Amino acid sequence: MEHYWQEISALTMRWVRRLSREKFSMLFTLVQPMLFWLIFFGNLFQRAADTQVMQAPNYISFLAAGVVIMTVLNNGLAGGVDLLFDKENGFLERLMSTPIHRTSVILSRFIFVMAITSMQVLVILGVSYLFGVHPATGILGVATILLIGMMFGVGLTAISMAMAFSVKSHGDFFSVLGFLSLPMIFLSSALVPLTAMPGWMSFLAQFNPMTWAIDAVRPLILSGWTEALPHVGMVILVMLVFDALCLYGGAKAFRRAMG
Amino acid sequence: MDRTIAINVNRLCKTYDSHKAVDDLSFSIYAGEIFGLLGPNGAGKSTTLRTLITLLHPTSGTATVMGHDTVREADTVRTLIGYVPQERAIDRFLTGREHLQLLGALYHLTTDEATKRINELLKLVDLEDHADRPAKTYSGGMKRKLDIACGLLPNPKILFLDEPTLGLDVQSRLRIWEYVRMLKARGMTVVMTTNYLDEADQLCDRLAIIDGGKIKTLGSPVELKIALGGDIVSLTLKELDRIPSLETELKGRPAIKSVRTTTKGLDIRVESPEKALPAILEATNRLGCSIEFIQYNRPRLDDVFIAHTGRAITESIPETESAS
Repeated sequence: MEHYWQEISALTMRWVRRLSREKFSMLFTLVQPMLFWLIFFGNLFQRAADTQVMQAPNYISFLAAGVVIMTVLNNGLAGGVDLLFDKENGFLERLMSTPIHRTSVILSRFIFVMAITSMQVLVILGVSYLFGVHPATGILGVATILLIGMMFGVGLTAISMAMAFSVKSHGDFFSVLGFLSLPMIFLSSALVPLTAMPGWMSFLAQFNPMTWAIDAVRPLILSGWTEALPHVGMVILVMLVFDALCLYGGAKAFRRAMG
Repeated sequence: MDRTIAINVNRLCKTYDSHKAVDDLSFSIYAGEIFGLLGPNGAGKSTTLRTLITLLHPTSGTATVMGHDTVREADTVRTLIGYVPQERAIDRFLTGREHLQLLGALYHLTTDEATKRINELLKLVDLEDHADRPAKTYSGGMKRKLDIACGLLPNPKILFLDEPTLGLDVQSRLRIWEYVRMLKARGMTVVMTTNYLDEADQLCDRLAIIDGGKIKTLGSPVELKIALGGDIVSLTLKELDRIPSLETELKGRPAIKSVRTTTKGLDIRVESPEKALPAILEATNRLGCSIEFIQYNRPRLDDVFIAHTGRAITESIPETESAS
């Protein structure tokens, strides 16, 4: 157990060190695009969006929940990229030839991705605050938002890692990634509520776990506990199933790749 | 003479889909020797190596390292070995020291133990002055040295080197060879793959030539060359169009075992040069071939390779550097 902890903390430290040396690229690729959605998209549609349809005082407060979960989505789907590079340049082999527990590398990645995602979610909520979006459920609500984000993120990161271990080249990885993320966003309640969508889109969006996550986060920001609690309970159930499926698939891909 | 066996491979097979990467390999590696797996790319040497370091499970057959099975006792095996993958298995954002610290934790060393060993290793591979720079600023040779330091960090009984000098300049190659010899002198067993014949010849105590997933021959470089029988007379001709007729002329003559065309002339394997040389000269005179250059050689490892695989090792690899 002590060994396990030593391995995981050293491996997690590696990701932190990398990040601290890649500051600029990380800042630009991960934090910024999401903030742009919030700041530009949010303000751009401020007057075009119908607050009656949105069921929110303004578009930016409606959008905040979507941007939070979009951050989780992007980070999660990209969570396996570094393992992909480790696999391609042989670093992963080097790690796996040491007497570490087979799950250490993966667990360190989960911990790191979740920690970064949480920080970014807090930044998003902070910036929303500056635009006058004050979470109705307070600090506890923010903690719940983080929990939902983590639960969604774990499954997504597992998918990403499964892909990293399965694909033949990183070109394939990025094509699939690019192909996945936009439909996931459009076929969810991130940008407009399901009620405002064309029928076929809202039908598909119901099956998107992202919709469930956003529908729980949104009342936590906009309405309050009474409205939010049933959604929160529901999303926790949905995410348990989602995570179980993703982790199962991820474990299979990992075992196949690592022998 | 009985020698301690460090590694034993018994009827090892590894199949990918329907492709047999390794086909029924059996061999032993003695403790304290430098053992080479020599073969072109795709011959199965990396698959064999990766099985020995527990990263691949054999389709059938077994491999043991210091008596421990690489599948059932993988964790024990991992504590006994050090591994140096092919170049670039380096995190460009970490410094040299951080690489070693990371591995120190993965081998469960205490901070004090690790610090002491890391300083020794940095000194050994001459990277002390660069230890705190990110690896992306390192030259190819420096990366390789760091790779080797990483492989040595666990203080392994057996060190595995995968193509240790691939793509390195001549000076760095010689440095790496020096390290490997020094490690052997310290009693370490070294197992390496290579597709450089001169490297195998210079460095390995024994080597196995692998091609198509099978061992073609195994022994010390000297044994392998002797087994081939016969020395070689290499002719370089002034007129290249005369090569075929000279070849037919020489084939089957007494004292001449075999004749092979090269790009500039002929390689003639002879039983004794005393008898063969006059016969060769007589034949060239008769055909009116002018000889540009004549050379007499003991067999080279290149010849061993060609004799056992039917082709030159360079024919299948894209490297510009050949072993001649």
